[in-house]
Amino acid sequence: MAPLLLPLLVTAGETARFAGRAIIESVRPPFELRETLRQLFELGCRSVPLIAVSGFAIGVVLSMHTRSSLARFGAEALIPAGLAIALVRETGPLTAGLLLAGRIGAGIGAELGAMKVTEQIDALEASAVDSFKFLVVTRVVACVIALPLLTSVMNFTGMLGGFAAETSITGIPLMAYMRQAFSLIEFSDLIPSTIKTAVYGFIIAVVAAYLGINTSSGTEGVGRASTRAVVTSSIMLIVANVVLVRLIFFFYPS
Amino acid sequence: MTEQTVPAIELRGVHKAFGALRVLDDVSLSIPAGRGFCILGRSGTGKSVMLKHIIGLMEPDAGQVLVEGRDITGLSSRALSPVRQRIGFLFQNAALFDSITVGENVAFPMRRHTRQSDEEIRARASSLLEQVGLGRDFDKMPADLSGGMRKRAGLARAMALEPPILLADEPSAGLDPVTAGEIDQLLVTLKHGAQTTLVVVTHNIPSARAIGDELLFLHQGRVLARGTAAELDDSEHAMVREFMGSTGSG
Repeated sequence: MAPLLLPLLVTAGETARFAGRAIIESVRPPFELRETLRQLFELGCRSVPLIAVSGFAIGVVLSMHTRSSLARFGAEALIPAGLAIALVRETGPLTAGLLLAGRIGAGIGAELGAMKVTEQIDALEASAVDSFKFLVVTRVVACVIALPLLTSVMNFTGMLGGFAAETSITGIPLMAYMRQAFSLIEFSDLIPSTIKTAVYGFIIAVVAAYLGINTSSGTEGVGRASTRAVVTSSIMLIVANVVLVRLIFFFYPS
Repeated sequence: MTEQTVPAIELRGVHKAFGALRVLDDVSLSIPAGRGFCILGRSGTGKSVMLKHIIGLMEPDAGQVLVEGRDITGLSSRALSPVRQRIGFLFQNAALFDSITVGENVAFPMRRHTRQSDEEIRARASSLLEQVGLGRDFDKMPADLSGGMRKRAGLARAMALEPPILLADEPSAGLDPVTAGEIDQLLVTLKHGAQTTLVVVTHNIPSARAIGDELLFLHQGRVLARGTAAELDDSEHAMVREFMGSTGSG
């Protein structure tokens, strides 16, 4: 058991140190503002179609399920609110996190892995550029900013999907639907759940960057880093979600 | 020690091993400023590793590396920055940044470390690409270049900040003889004109003869021979003589 556990613990320790360094370097000048904005565009803006379409589809499906459940109790009027709470509290953040762990995690793992094996990271260092700040910190900051914004996009398009499904059956107008949907939503439903996705962003970027930068074994290693980045960040994200939800309930017991 | 006697590069008792494999074994050497210095040796004898120690991409297990009199051993990336700005590095596989154009690759060090305007930087990058025969390739992506063209673009990038020290890992490998000769001539011009210290790893003996005021032969991580090309031609070691007698082009 020990021979299996030891490398795992070593990797966990190294990743934790890597994460700590990313936090320290993110608040230490000089700031790579231009590269951070570029990453925000690459990782954030380019993820909007994936998140928007997925959110809409999830909204439609959730609405159909909510209808089939609530109709049994004659509580169809609660469908918009039920969908909104489910989407905003958990489904939106977690689904967005997992989708982005796939898109962003794979991208960062593969890009940094390829840069490592082709000596581009060494070339950055040789050009007197701090590669950690330029490659890692910029991606971490971009992900921490992008995830809550993308989650909001998913929540919004999810609500639109729910409306589309509902109006096709009942003909409910958009404003009436939204009024009902937001009637039971509170601050403690929306803000903490959205902000927790910043933690998801941090996890995805740190794990993927760590695996990418430590790639070895040529192109095969790049593929492995990319796959591991998705798998590891997804697992960590789901586990972190348990802790974060517990924390949210601790601070907002209602 | 006066300013003029400070060597450009100095290695003192440098050891480096990867696991059980000893790559550099107690290597000490001193390279005077403004000279051409070629490192020869069979593949896998630690030549590229030596270059990476000089620019701080690798740290020795033991020993010291000094650049222009400053001990860079163990310095952080941030502390190494001013030293690295004084060294140009041409990687064995060029290591161009593949997400930006060839011109932007050459402009990259200038954008990072100078206050020149965009026009000035573009003009200088174009001029450098012209010097290495890639004047028309400013807007191409690195993936669209051949191996030899990438190598020349890498050389242009290494020269961007007009560094007093230029390290080149097999600059003529993969080039046709004419282009290789042009690159050699460019390096010689840099040495004579800008007084650039050249440290060149090469398997190409004609190149080494053209560029190197002094040659060093590494074997199994140790310095087997050092001297002028003529001295190495008459080396007591058969391997060195055989190497010098070859016309290998890397």
